[in-house]
Amino acid sequence: MPDPAITPELIAKHGITPDEYAKIQQILGRDPNFTELGIFSVMWSEHCSYKNSRPELKKFPTTGPRVLVKAGEENAGVLDIGDGMAVCFKIESHNHPSAVEPFQGAATGVGGILRDIFTMGARPVANLNSLRFGPIQGDSDEAKTNRRLFAGVVAGIAHYGNCIGVPTVGGEVYFDPSYTGNPLVNAFSLGILRHDQIRKGAATGAGNPVFYVGAKTGRDGLAGAAFASRDLTEESKEDRPAVQVGDPFMEKLLLEACLELFQHPEAVVGVQDMGAAGLTCSTCETASRGDSGIEIDLALVPQRETGMTPYETMLSESQERMLIIVRKGQEKVVKDIFAKWDLDAAEIGFVTDTKRMVVKDHGKVVVDIPAHPLAADAPVYHREAKRPAYLDKVQPFDIAKDLPEPKDLSGILPKLLASPTIASKRWVYRQYDHQVQKNTVTVPGSDASVIRIETPKGAKYIAMSVDCNGRYCYLDPREGAKAAVAEACRNVTMAGATPLASTDNLNFGNPHNPELFWQLRECVEGLAEGCRVLEVPVTGGNVSLYNQSPKGAIDPTPTMAIVGLIDDAKHITPSAFQAAGHAILLVGGIGSEIGGSSYLFEIHGKKQGLPPRVDLQHEKKFLDAVRTLIHSGKVKSAHDCSDGGLAVALAECTFDKGLGAEICLPAPSTKNQEQRTDISLFNETSARAVITVDAKEVNDALVHFKKAGVEAAHIGTVQADGLLAFNVGDALRVPLSYAVAALRSSFEDAIPHLMES
Amino acid sequence: MRFAVLQFPGSNCDQDSFNAIRDVLKQPVRYAWHKDTRIDPDETVIVPGGFSYGDYLRCGAIARFSPIMGAVKDAAARGQTVLGICNGFQILCEAGLLPGALVRNTGLHFLCETVTLTVANNRTRFTKLAQDGETLRIPIAHGEGNYRVDAGTLKAMEDHGQVVFRYAGGAPNGSLSDIAGVCNKEGNVLGMMPHPERACEPLLGSADGLKIFQSLLNHS
Repeated sequence: MPDPAITPELIAKHGITPDEYAKIQQILGRDPNFTELGIFSVMWSEHCSYKNSRPELKKFPTTGPRVLVKAGEENAGVLDIGDGMAVCFKIESHNHPSAVEPFQGAATGVGGILRDIFTMGARPVANLNSLRFGPIQGDSDEAKTNRRLFAGVVAGIAHYGNCIGVPTVGGEVYFDPSYTGNPLVNAFSLGILRHDQIRKGAATGAGNPVFYVGAKTGRDGLAGAAFASRDLTEESKEDRPAVQVGDPFMEKLLLEACLELFQHPEAVVGVQDMGAAGLTCSTCETASRGDSGIEIDLALVPQRETGMTPYETMLSESQERMLIIVRKGQEKVVKDIFAKWDLDAAEIGFVTDTKRMVVKDHGKVVVDIPAHPLAADAPVYHREAKRPAYLDKVQPFDIAKDLPEPKDLSGILPKLLASPTIASKRWVYRQYDHQVQKNTVTVPGSDASVIRIETPKGAKYIAMSVDCNGRYCYLDPREGAKAAVAEACRNVTMAGATPLASTDNLNFGNPHNPELFWQLRECVEGLAEGCRVLEVPVTGGNVSLYNQSPKGAIDPTPTMAIVGLIDDAKHITPSAFQAAGHAILLVGGIGSEIGGSSYLFEIHGKKQGLPPRVDLQHEKKFLDAVRTLIHSGKVKSAHDCSDGGLAVALAECTFDKGLGAEICLPAPSTKNQEQRTDISLFNETSARAVITVDAKEVNDALVHFKKAGVEAAHIGTVQADGLLAFNVGDALRVPLSYAVAALRSSFEDAIPHLMES
Repeated sequence: MRFAVLQFPGSNCDQDSFNAIRDVLKQPVRYAWHKDTRIDPDETVIVPGGFSYGDYLRCGAIARFSPIMGAVKDAAARGQTVLGICNGFQILCEAGLLPGALVRNTGLHFLCETVTLTVANNRTRFTKLAQDGETLRIPIAHGEGNYRVDAGTLKAMEDHGQVVFRYAGGAPNGSLSDIAGVCNKEGNVLGMMPHPERACEPLLGSADGLKIFQSLLNHS
């Protein structure tokens, strides 16, 4: 069957503008054929080329003394952790596929990020994920769909991660109406390797053979990259074939075979996984990085369907495949190892010095494109940005005028604890094997996940957290983005770690909409400032645009993952209260900022106000002060205040051991009149935490914080009686008392009730 | 005591078992690849957890045909110790070395959490160092841990002391008679769904799994 004619309609259907088409003609010196058009379509899609976001991404701080492979260089960044050891990590999205087919969309998202890690030579040792859905309460069609997506995504992540044997040790799940129709699935993976094990993805050495290893190629996931670079519509269901199907068993074999092969560095010149845009992307990118050319013949590519056209073979996103550039003469090493693991290892071509990507089909040239312009020279766009009008409606909020204090506050805390964003995620993480590999020190449910890494010089501990408050970013993109960095750094600090570096997943709407692009730019600048001041360079990440449906765009969601280091096991700190009699300290003050809070949203239905300001220098002081106190050995538990404020944080501290607490709140620091009780209990002012120490250490701890310039107060004592009591003190007019068991039921039962009945 | 940890395509707890034996128990241990056919007469065999052959067809259904399983069956017949953990338990049932079968958890979800087991028989070589009825905190992580066997066989198993571990407070996966682990009539082959190799270090939450391994060392 002959290829379709290249018409303006066909070009537009491929997402290529007339200007871009002219550039293609200029690069080739002629018109592209159908296969070449498809190749440019995926390589120059937003998903592969970041053409709409690259000017913004340049604003990130990407260097630092520990950064061994920086953002943009390879498939994932690599960070030194001392003693010749390194960690390799990244976060990536699989949003559009998960909206259409949640199980496979999420599963293949996990598969994809894992490949990015082991293609660098690292063994993946921990996964986290950040998930967002529309509300799951109620009986509307939308709620039912959201529940179906939530269940499917979690099952897909579990299926893939559990089978391949990488523990899923943490994450976050967040619910908001803006994600209805546009779920977000951001998958993070971290692997370990020695410095001398870092593998890169460049094709060098003319004559070196190019090997295709792993699963056979089929028609699945065809043009998935282009699908991810479009808005979702009713017709998107027809894009279901663009969702890839994953086989974690195949990937486990591939992972073991590759890691075994990497023990023969003389045999491996370059390695790249076949992810988005499959064979196309891996061949032209390795050639571009190596400043060389590459030639392959599709007749040699293992295929599991008959009659595949060159277009289909080059654009297929069949999973669990890698491209390996082998040193000439070492082919047997590769073949023997892959035969041991019963995997295909086909020699499909060789490196050239023509700087062109040439694809033959049974000897006939079907694609001939200069590699570098295709891989690295996509057009770059500076999109128009305009401050959105909605901000003037949502930012102003005067609680005194707009929201009288409820007379009875007692029902608020249980209701907040039962709101799905705050409620226990045990229903989720119980489905994830979080202990395989036998190195999980802190299981899900705590502020950060902590794993052990064995090195020849002893064990090290890595803490990880992934965070973003989308509501904050909607109300104030810049401050909200700074808050994402601050919160993730705070979470790893609570575990006793020093934050070292970050990876970001930017999730936004259509960049051609100036108001949405403004959100992206503001968030990037907020993230960049946060990462700079808190000294967590961005080692890599992902951009997902076009997250919107006819109903509207998602809240701007710049998800931030932070990796931190704990040198000594004795610094690993739990979040929950450990024993009756311990003194409870509130570090960072009583706070006052209620804008954008869970209290306003979940209790009063208001998505309003300015979110809490993030003073990054103050955040840094706060983080350093908490960490140094932890390192002194005085801290028994540390839990930061975030969604739901101090009251929720205190309640969460009581659940693990069923301990109670007697709390007496201090007066707000600067006010002529007493602050409202609801504000004191539920405000989300940043840089605050609940810390416990031995009763005899209270004075030393308070002195420590005073010296560090951080406010701290002794607010209560852990009790054995299972009661959480807020007493009449300076700030609280009416005492509140809760049975911890009842609060814990609200917290733990919320999501299972919604998902299982 | 020499140990051999089997490796099938898709096993993913082989390294954990190997490391626990080498680093915590400090015993000599090797991997036995599924295509090999050798198990030495003095080796204790560990059939580890994971997803051998991707759980295609049924969990453990394909692994039982691996070349190494012939040697494992011979070793079992000679009275050597064989310990099947999670997928290993499933493989031993499929291979006929243990009675019964493991099917899908009743809630239909994969379950990962630390559970409390009671020792139902402390006279086996796997449980000699435990008290009768002693509780052990050991993690589970499985989607197909629901133990099933016909009523007649169950009665015979209970009479012979073949039920070795039960889930205290009820099986989270619907297992018949809350069964978490069983042994053969001869008492040298044990299968258990929980992962004792994950419970050998206090840092990771529980070291109760050590009791099982140390009972074996004590037995030799």
